[in-house]
Amino acid sequence: MDEKKLAIIATKGSLDWAYPPFILASTAAALGYETQIFFTFYGLQLLKKKLALEVTPLGNPGMPMPMGMDKWFPVLGLALPGMQGMMTAMMKQKMKSKGVASVDELRDLCQEADVKLIACQMTVDLFDMDQSEFIDGIEYAGAAAFFEFAGESDICLYI
Amino acid sequence: MAEFDQELDASGLNCPLPILRAKKTLNGMDAGQVLHVIATDPGSVKDFDAFSKQTGNELMESKEDGGKFHFMIKKS
Repeated sequence: MDEKKLAIIATKGSLDWAYPPFILASTAAALGYETQIFFTFYGLQLLKKKLALEVTPLGNPGMPMPMGMDKWFPVLGLALPGMQGMMTAMMKQKMKSKGVASVDELRDLCQEADVKLIACQMTVDLFDMDQSEFIDGIEYAGAAAFFEFAGESDICLYI
Repeated sequence: MAEFDQELDASGLNCPLPILRAKKTLNGMDAGQVLHVIATDPGSVKDFDAFSKQTGNELMESKEDGGKFHFMIKKS
C-alpha cells in the first residue's frame, strides 16, 4: 500500500483555529499518511515556543457564549479590555474539562509522528520574527517548496 | 472478553487522543499482539473502525459496556 500524503496550509493564529491543522495532521500521521503543514501569516503563531493563543468572540457570531451572553450582552462589550483574556481562559477550562488535548500536546504529538512543520520564510521576514522564537525541528521554506509536496498529495487543505 | 497483551485506558480523553495513544501503544507492540483500548468518547466507535480499515490492524471486537467503549485491536 502506497503511503498517502496530506498537505495542510495553516493561516490562522487563534486558539480555536490552532486545532484543525494539528488534529488532522496528528490523526493522519497515525493512519499512516505522510503529512506536512505549511504555516504562513498568522499561522506562524502556532509554531512559537511559548504559545500565547487566544480566542475572541468578536466578529464571530457562531461562537457559543457562556450563560447565554450572546443573547443579552452588547457586541461592543466584547471589545472591553480583559474580555478576550477572560474568553480564552473560559475556553481553555472548557476544553480541559472535556478531555480535549492542549495545542502544545497536539503539536508535540505531530512532531513525534514525524509530521513535517514548515514556516513560511517570507512571513518570518515580513513580521521581523526571529527563528529563536520558534520551536526546534521545523523547516523554513517558500511556496515552491510547498508545491513540491502538495502537488503529490492525496489531500490538500487550506485552513 | 478475549485475551489481550496490553491495555490502554483512554477514558475521559476526546478526539483524536484515543486514536493517537492507541497508535503509540501499538508501535511498541509485536505483530499479532492484541491491544485492549477503553474509551468514553462516543466518537471513538467509528474512529477505531476507520483506524483499523486504514492501518490494517484488525479490530477484533468493539463493544459498549456500562458507558465505556472497549476495542480489541490486533497489530498487523
